[in-house]
Amino acid sequence: MQLDQFSYDNKIVRNFAYATILWGIVGMTVGLLVALQLVFPALNFNLPYTTFGRIRPLHTNAVIFAFVGNGIFTGVYYSLQRLLKTRMWSDTLSRLNFWGWQFIIVCAAISLLMGFTTGKEYAELEWPIDILITLVWVVFGWNLFATILVRRERHLYVGVWFYIATFVTVAMLHVVNSFELPVSFMKSYSWYAGVQDALVQWWYGHNAVAFFLTTPYLGLMYYFVPKAANRPVYSYRLSIIHFWALIFLYIWAGPHHLLYSALPDWAQSLGTVFSVMLIAPSWGGMINGLLTLRGAWDKVRESVVLKFMVVAITAYGMSTFEGPMLSLKNVNAIAHFTDWVVAHVHVGALGWNGFLTFGMLYWLYPKLFKTQLYSTRLANVHFWLGTLGIVFYAVPMYWSGFTQSLMWKEFTEDGMLRYPNFLETVTQLMPMYALRALGGTIYLAGVVIMAYNLVKTAKQGAAVEDEAAEAPALVKAYQPHQNEHWHRWIERRPVQMLVLSLVVVAIGGVFELVPTFLIKSNIPTISSVKPYTPLELQGRDIYIREGCYNCHSQLVRPFRSETERYGEYSKAGEYVYDHPFQWGSKRTGPDLMRLGGKYPDSWHYNHMDDPTTMSPGSIMPAYPWLIDNTLDVAGTPAKIAAMRTLGVPYPNGYENKSIADLNQQAKAISNRLAKEKIEVDSDKEIVALIAYLQRLGTDIKGSKTAQK
Amino acid sequence: MKFIHYLERISGISVYPMISLLLFFAFFSFLLWYAWSAPKRLMDYGADLPNSDENV
Repeated sequence: MQLDQFSYDNKIVRNFAYATILWGIVGMTVGLLVALQLVFPALNFNLPYTTFGRIRPLHTNAVIFAFVGNGIFTGVYYSLQRLLKTRMWSDTLSRLNFWGWQFIIVCAAISLLMGFTTGKEYAELEWPIDILITLVWVVFGWNLFATILVRRERHLYVGVWFYIATFVTVAMLHVVNSFELPVSFMKSYSWYAGVQDALVQWWYGHNAVAFFLTTPYLGLMYYFVPKAANRPVYSYRLSIIHFWALIFLYIWAGPHHLLYSALPDWAQSLGTVFSVMLIAPSWGGMINGLLTLRGAWDKVRESVVLKFMVVAITAYGMSTFEGPMLSLKNVNAIAHFTDWVVAHVHVGALGWNGFLTFGMLYWLYPKLFKTQLYSTRLANVHFWLGTLGIVFYAVPMYWSGFTQSLMWKEFTEDGMLRYPNFLETVTQLMPMYALRALGGTIYLAGVVIMAYNLVKTAKQGAAVEDEAAEAPALVKAYQPHQNEHWHRWIERRPVQMLVLSLVVVAIGGVFELVPTFLIKSNIPTISSVKPYTPLELQGRDIYIREGCYNCHSQLVRPFRSETERYGEYSKAGEYVYDHPFQWGSKRTGPDLMRLGGKYPDSWHYNHMDDPTTMSPGSIMPAYPWLIDNTLDVAGTPAKIAAMRTLGVPYPNGYENKSIADLNQQAKAISNRLAKEKIEVDSDKEIVALIAYLQRLGTDIKGSKTAQK
Repeated sequence: MKFIHYLERISGISVYPMISLLLFFAFFSFLLWYAWSAPKRLMDYGADLPNSDENV
């Protein structure tokens, strides 16, 4: 048989591997800073660029899209070539993918620190970067598909199915969730509002976990675990069921992030049921990964690569058990908005994504540099540091989550809240936050040791940039065997696979999203809910810019413990003008839904200048620049016009009047402040923010508390 | 295009979750049959693909 001579592109794999390590260290260091800021608020440095609200999105974006993103590309570019017995279709596209992705990461880091954000979690990047991401993702998909089409192995391995589903679903999620109307360069408003925005966002957010942190890594698991163990995958049948059931079910589960919220009840129940069912394919995958090692468990003692992979798969199993549990409404009532969710996420991120990446890198480096690992001992040290780091991270966060929730919900015998001051429930957690930072430090130390070990490995070896290979060419005119199983109809046809994957994931999306968009009865309108005034709108943009949603929710759930603390529970109709919604997902500080009218303007002024003057012991950063910064009033008409385009009922031509209205309201606030002996010009950002904060939740509060 | 309430109301929204569940049930039943009816030869071939590359 004629053998084709060709070579694998190892250079691109090596570049992505280096980027994975670099961004891993950067992203985790930023994470450590975020953790320390909660213990030592001075680490916010009183600078806009380094406050928690901007640094936390930087951490999440860096570890998800920079660390794991590059990890995905490393593994895909290595395994795809070998599974298809062909070189990547185009070296130029590979390079474009690499440099484009790194460019996006740098743009993201700079823009997030500068306060450019859409205010939607894990999708914070502004519209020009969204477009860049789309372009680079298309380059990746193009290269992926072109390579598949020129392959020398007819059968598409299950790992490749996971890559295909990842490509197509991430593309769909990114495009749908990023529908936004640009107002200016680096500023846009979400196309959707309130409840709809929340539903789309968590459909995206949940499935970003599914199709960015899970499916590509499952593809990597299906390649690298059999490779490292030198055994076939335990059950190929199970992997087929795993794949199709997982991608079908995952897409429906998004609403479990919105339980007890203003989202219609039927959508919440739908999310819960599908989340519970999701445990089956997830555990099917975990079992398939672990049982691949059947009869080879002795190797786990010897091989540090397998150690990392076994813990990774176990962590996957734990977090995919916990996920469905958290989706039960009774469990969610306790866990939501607390550190429990932070613990859950990090078992997945540190355990599953982190450890699988490390295992893959320890296996890859000696192959890429034709040498032995520099130090197995150091790799073992890394393994134990990493494992300890996860324990020291997760246990305090679970503890903290339970403590928080119990304190929020505790009543005295007289029926009053036991801890009416929210701050008490925060200061109580300080030891846990300190321990969590310790866990993060240990984990990061392990990663630094890995970087040293791998760099030394690379130095002692010689990089093989183009690895020679040979394989028989694929016969073009393929004659199927008689009685050939029709499995091959799909498993040998990548385009069908792509289309079918898209159909499978689209079904869930359509069923979940469409009714809420079409039906008025799902979002009851409330006549007293009015659009924001121009000044409030500007204040809201400052609220979004400073990332307040990272610590404060705007969603009072219908529990007595919440209505007692915050006031009337949230109604869907209250959010109809919120582009984007700002419900938040974590309460490091109290809910702000009913903040309007609760405190005088001077309280907000002093609190933003230095929170500890109003709340001694507060860990909230200070925002002194809001007092000095002059509000960019000139952009107001464009913002009003954009909001009207999105359906907010500002009268035609109102934009021309908007600046005058803005100035008038600002003047009134600065006059009120002057009466309380605070002299501030009415054109400062703090005035706009106060206007917004005083408006929050007042539409249905009635005139008594709306304006003091 | 404005994504706000096109229809006034729809009756029986609960049919959506029910259709969803039936859809999945049908899909999953088909999937089980599909996987279990596959010939062993093909499954073994697939399972062995990562290690069939002698170059590494």
